[in-house]
Amino acid sequence: MLTPAIVRRNTPQRYRMEAQKCAKCGKVFFPPRVVCPCGSKKFRDYTLPSEGKVVTHTVIRTAPRGFGDEAPYCMGIVELSDGSRILCQIADCEPHRLKIGLPVSIELRKIQEAGESGVLAYGYKAVPER
Amino acid sequence: MRDVAIIGIGMTDFGELWNDSLRDLFVKASLEAMDDAGVDHIDGLVAGCMSPGLFAGQEHIGSLMADYLGQAPVPGVRVESACASGGMALRTGIAYVASGMHDVVLCGGVEKMTDVSGAQATYALATAADQDYEAFHGVTFPGLYAMIATAHMHKYGTKREDLAQVAVKNHDNGLLNPHAQYRMKITVEQVINSVKVADPLNILDCSPITDGAAAVIICPLEMAKKMKKKPVVKIAASTHATDTIALHQREDITWLDSTAVAAAKAYKMAGVKPQDIDFAEVHDCFTIAEICVLEALGVVKKGEGGKATREGMTARGGRFPVNPSGGLKSKGHPVGATGIAQIHEIVTQLRGDAGKRQLKRARRALAQNMGGSGGSAVVHILEVL
Repeated sequence: MLTPAIVRRNTPQRYRMEAQKCAKCGKVFFPPRVVCPCGSKKFRDYTLPSEGKVVTHTVIRTAPRGFGDEAPYCMGIVELSDGSRILCQIADCEPHRLKIGLPVSIELRKIQEAGESGVLAYGYKAVPER
Repeated sequence: MRDVAIIGIGMTDFGELWNDSLRDLFVKASLEAMDDAGVDHIDGLVAGCMSPGLFAGQEHIGSLMADYLGQAPVPGVRVESACASGGMALRTGIAYVASGMHDVVLCGGVEKMTDVSGAQATYALATAADQDYEAFHGVTFPGLYAMIATAHMHKYGTKREDLAQVAVKNHDNGLLNPHAQYRMKITVEQVINSVKVADPLNILDCSPITDGAAAVIICPLEMAKKMKKKPVVKIAASTHATDTIALHQREDITWLDSTAVAAAKAYKMAGVKPQDIDFAEVHDCFTIAEICVLEALGVVKKGEGGKATREGMTARGGRFPVNPSGGLKSKGHPVGATGIAQIHEIVTQLRGDAGKRQLKRARRALAQNMGGSGGSAVVHILEVL
């Protein structure tokens, strides 16, 4: 689902990687939460780092609705330099270059051509370091 | 709390059933279960179904099924936990019976998946993932399990052939199951050379899109003993656990913690150890899933699921047979029906009614049903008295 309201609401995370850190135990949450499993409800603003490495990967060859024209494309789970993890596409990367440990940096890219509402959706992708 | 037993089972064939609607499937399986139990009235109904809304444009199916089963106005409700909806339906029904709220309850599972296109089905299934932080980026369910596989192969040296062997073994079993969708033998080479879906998983590593339903009738154990119709199957444990639905938020991507937690609780509840279980029906939605489930159930050590499969431990004649029904891979995976179909197979085996695929040792068995990439897991242990 992709509506203008959803795109707008997710902008701080998708454009700026805005996260939060628990004021009590220090755990980082992306996206921000209201309560930490440690019980605390106090958080500090925090921005995720933009460098990391691939911890696992795949090449999507049968794509879901909205991504059909792009297949095949690379995806992975990226561990950022502070230990946080995100899932995203790995852009500008030939499938044979994918490997665990591949250094990547996070960039703002177009994610979906257009949702059902016609909204262009942008967000983060990982790009192998050149 | 009262002990609970299973007194009746039923299921439709699994496959592309173009002549049957969502309600037809559920009612057929349910009537068979009621006949098997010898009851013409139920006190309540629980329907497990992942997404009747997206697959059939129909919600409110608890009432719909009670009506079409000729049982209205008994209470009927739908429960959902993605692909673990069937297991959740049984667990919910057990709570009704154990608490004394109802005596005879029908727990069914159903999914009608082939009325929509492949792309729409992929979309519907992907709603079990985190919409904003997984699906938004274009990941699919094969893609999520593919990432589990990549990590498992890297961390433990699991081989591509080990993944393929899960499919080969489950097709060998499904060949003997008249209800199975794909009754055909396949080879490791065929799996490895089949169409790529999400590297390293190919189409023959994936469970299919399926229509189907299954149902069981449960009642208090003491009532079941008085009926003396068929061997009484006692529910020795029913447990459920959750985990992050987003795969990347888990500490260990290769570890299915919800399954591990639910299984540990189930062993304790039944007063048994993993080695006391004769066989299992597990959630092999993708080949890698069965390997990870073996580890989470504690039947092999962490990282040894691939090796155990390679060495034949989980084959029908092995030390711990897994998915004698053919599993989701060969039998088919109508997502909401799967958890109940697992119970159907276990009861069939425990009664000694499994024909050509009958296991020699079948006194106590475990069913593991999983939602999403492991965000939920339901475990049941059944024993024949």
